[in-house]
Amino acid sequence: MTEARAQAATAAGVAPSGPTAGVAGNPLFEYLCRLGDDRLVLGHRLSEWAGHAPILEEDIALSNFALDFVGQAAALLKLAGEVEGKGRDEDALAYHRDENEFRNLLLVELPKGDFAFTMVRQYLFDAFDVLALERLVKSKHEVLAGIAAKALKEAKYHVRHSGEWVVRLGDGTEESHRRTQAALDELWSYASEFFLADGVDTAMVAQGIGLDLPSLKAPWEITVRETLTRATLTVPNDPRVVRGGRLGRHSEHLGHMLAEMQILPRSHPGAQW
Amino acid sequence: MTVAAAEDPVKLAEFEARLERGETIEPKDWMPEKYRKQLVRMMSQHAHSEVVGMLPEGNWITRAPSLRRKMVLLAKVQDEGGHGLYIYCGTETLGVGREELIEQLLTGKAKYSSIFNYPTLTWADIGVIGWLVDGAAIVNQTMLAKTSYGPYARAMIRICKEENFHKRQGYEICTVMAKGTPAQRAMVQDAVNRWWWPSLMMFGPSDATSPNSAELMRWRVKRETNDALRQRFVNLTIPQAQAIGLSVPDPDLRYNAETENWEFGPIDWSEFQAVIAGNGPCNRERMAARRKAHADGAWVREAAEVHAEKQAARAREHAA
Repeated sequence: MTEARAQAATAAGVAPSGPTAGVAGNPLFEYLCRLGDDRLVLGHRLSEWAGHAPILEEDIALSNFALDFVGQAAALLKLAGEVEGKGRDEDALAYHRDENEFRNLLLVELPKGDFAFTMVRQYLFDAFDVLALERLVKSKHEVLAGIAAKALKEAKYHVRHSGEWVVRLGDGTEESHRRTQAALDELWSYASEFFLADGVDTAMVAQGIGLDLPSLKAPWEITVRETLTRATLTVPNDPRVVRGGRLGRHSEHLGHMLAEMQILPRSHPGAQW
Repeated sequence: MTVAAAEDPVKLAEFEARLERGETIEPKDWMPEKYRKQLVRMMSQHAHSEVVGMLPEGNWITRAPSLRRKMVLLAKVQDEGGHGLYIYCGTETLGVGREELIEQLLTGKAKYSSIFNYPTLTWADIGVIGWLVDGAAIVNQTMLAKTSYGPYARAMIRICKEENFHKRQGYEICTVMAKGTPAQRAMVQDAVNRWWWPSLMMFGPSDATSPNSAELMRWRVKRETNDALRQRFVNLTIPQAQAIGLSVPDPDLRYNAETENWEFGPIDWSEFQAVIAGNGPCNRERMAARRKAHADGAWVREAAEVHAEKQAARAREHAA
């Protein structure tokens, strides 16, 4: 990228991509926003099931997971605000950033779809999340390590729940198998974004704060393939690499989600709730 | 001939003597068929209300104005699902399963609390539901915690504890909004105006016209009358409204120093009857949402069953 283009991109509110992306600013702030936004957006999508799930136990479980993720997001964004040092708290970051300032993976912002789509998405993320958090608990950043330790307990439960559903649905009826395979085919390439590292990740690894994303790919695939085999599902042969979320380049879905999520604080500037 | 009259008179006398002594009735004890039916009716209505009640509040989860409020609301809606599940399990002790009861809800045969047929139009409604609707539920459920049927009484003790948190968070939302911007104050007063009378109707018809009251009282399923509970709720709530500068939409409201009651104006029971009959503002939406969730989830429930059968068959093969 030429310098002029990089400046134009920054001026438009989009972080420049490439190996040094985000480093010029505050990589730790950037890093914490990525971690927090994944959880905020995924928690939002899960919360959409409350009252509409296939069985009452899942109304409860999915609201519970939504609560876990929003709780993790609140802790991470609070820390991000402190690290940034500009007086923004977790609510300022959640409610007063625009779409192109969100740093979540594209996977988590996709609409909730049917129950198979929700569970496959959840499982792909949860399997990644456990591996990531297992490394983050060893972070040299003590507060981050503490947040990761609490989140890891939750994530281990999440992955068991979503993994069991993927197996149940994959190895259930003809219809459930068809729906689950379709969800997997749709979502598989989005998982490639988990493992893409850029300058922010490099800086965080160098400081002993963050984790080496590409190194998670192999263990993730082993775990996921084992589950998918039990579920009698076929691992898609989809070479596409999805990217953009970490740099604020999102799908069309996030804008709608944020319009809904942010409406009250944006409509009543300065109000306390 | 009433059902009660058809019961074995000796057993019935023993049953009523036990109640007289203040004993609780447990699942394996003998009970009149009418007692069992009344309990199934009340408990299933309660469970259905928890489940349908997830909808009006769920309407604001994605728009909660802060992360803390979002978490509290998620926890509350999750609690409600849990209460529903817990009470459905309670009805199983009376020989009626959840599937059968849900079928009755979806076909319109079973009722749920009419309060959930009103819309949640602004964020203030979430505060007011916690304060007034959960507040009214607590008054009713505190009484039910002393009901004569053991499993229901024990469920109520546990549920009341959580409902107290729900009420507190609701009143806190109202308190913050009542001290907030002019727009927020208007929003919360409007919500109180809309929810006040439906909250009073939650206690059910006046004792004179309540079809089930007398028998429920005699068998100590209910320990106090609808009107007495309603009065207690009003007496508790008016000072809370005054404390945060909100009013209730009742020009006849006045304090009677002699009885120490806040006397309130006449309730429009025609509205209550209309909502019960299915003509409230949201009856159709609520039932449509429940039916859609049930229909959309059919393939999931079927898959879970088929998978469990496959697993069992494999286990048998493995053992053989």
